[in-house]
Amino acid sequence: MHRMLAISLLFCGTAFADDHSSPDALIRLVHQDCGSCHGLTLKGGLGPDIRPDALSHYDVETLSEVVLDGIQGTAMPPWRPLMSEAEAKKIAEYLLQGELK
Amino acid sequence: MKWLATALVALAMTGSVHAQTILATGDLGLVVERASGSLLLVDQSERKMLTRITGLGDLSHASLVYSPDQRYAYVFGRDGGLTKVDIVERKIANRVVQSGNAIGGAISDDGSLVAVSNYEPGGVRIFNADTLDLVADIPTGSKTIGLVDAPGKRFVFTLWDDGETWIADLSAGAPKITKVKGVGTNPYDALVTDDGRLYITGLFGEDGLTAIDLWDENPEPIRVLPEYGRGQQEMPVYKMPHLEGWARAGREFVLPAVGHHQVLWINADDLTETGRTETYGQPVFAMSRPDGRQVWVNFAHPLNDTIQVIDTPSKEIIHEFKPGPAVLHMEFTPRGHEVWVSVRDAGKVMIYDTHTFEKLAEIDAESPSGIFFTSRAHKTGL
Repeated sequence: MHRMLAISLLFCGTAFADDHSSPDALIRLVHQDCGSCHGLTLKGGLGPDIRPDALSHYDVETLSEVVLDGIQGTAMPPWRPLMSEAEAKKIAEYLLQGELK
Repeated sequence: MKWLATALVALAMTGSVHAQTILATGDLGLVVERASGSLLLVDQSERKMLTRITGLGDLSHASLVYSPDQRYAYVFGRDGGLTKVDIVERKIANRVVQSGNAIGGAISDDGSLVAVSNYEPGGVRIFNADTLDLVADIPTGSKTIGLVDAPGKRFVFTLWDDGETWIADLSAGAPKITKVKGVGTNPYDALVTDDGRLYITGLFGEDGLTAIDLWDENPEPIRVLPEYGRGQQEMPVYKMPHLEGWARAGREFVLPAVGHHQVLWINADDLTETGRTETYGQPVFAMSRPDGRQVWVNFAHPLNDTIQVIDTPSKEIIHEFKPGPAVLHMEFTPRGHEVWVSVRDAGKVMIYDTHTFEKLAEIDAESPSGIFFTSRAHKTGL
């Protein structure tokens, strides 16, 4: 059962990887879906403020890992099933810089 | 014919407001447009949008309650804005920014007080419903969730960080606070039953829910389904479920599980589990049609394009469909013959017949989220 789940998630991941590939789609994902907990403007909700000033202690690599693997013991879920490492890195860059180049 | 002419003259003399069509508000509603800070005033019977009201600030995750006369809506914005909207005059009547980061509110049973729940700074603030003047400030030192009204001019809310539920009694003027400790780890939302008796809190940090009997002089936390996820793989939760749309179907409650793709059935009398229904994804809302015969469920990202309908006698899924991308909310007409569904990324509110499941109409809306019919004015907890 778990293996079936893993496989279906894998397919999901691929499908969403395509959807998220454009910068606009990634920015939309951040505000709409990360925004479920962190707020549409990212200033925090049940989850903390994730605007650039609040994340300044992170570098891109560490923040990408947080996005991909979540934070154990908190409500931050792993996004690895839904996106590629390259996309997580782009999201981390966007969060740290407040824009996507 | 002569009397008509006389009536028209009389109308002309009484002024413009009365010369216009009389607007009854009992079948109206408001749809939150979350990204543009606006509301759509809608007519449930006509299945139409009447007007757009703008200038309400950040409405992501916004909710609202109605005055007992169904004329005013109190809108709780994420930016801490509390806006009083006059749906008869179709305009903002008053607006205050009461905190930096708010997460919903409630109106007292007598309609005189409006309470707002805040993340930053954590706590609840209570306002005069007429003037929006601050009446009481209840700091909690924690993010507050699950704020509801309860009979006896009381408000009940829960502390996400500390796992406590506070009951604020405003019947004597200054708030008298009763604290119930040990509610559980990271309570994420709560509901009150329509009789105002049971306050049920969902927990994110551990399995299960916690009930509090508000009829009890010294309420104690009652653990409900404390091990419902034991031995099962937890799934990531990409959106917290909402309990506001809790469902009571006959003798049972139906509530979303957390970290499991299930809804849970609980006996309303003794709070024991009576069943589970496997669902398509992480449920966000599990909402009962007002007669309790069906429960409609929507899901968290990335499975949020789908709705499943559960038949309550059999607990089986009898209908599944995909209204479109990002189904955020559902609202039933008061007697349940139709349901309105907000489909954020389609930019539509879609209206369905709940007996045939046929789509009856669509209304254009900008990133619609919550739908609130004025019939909520007369329900405890809404």
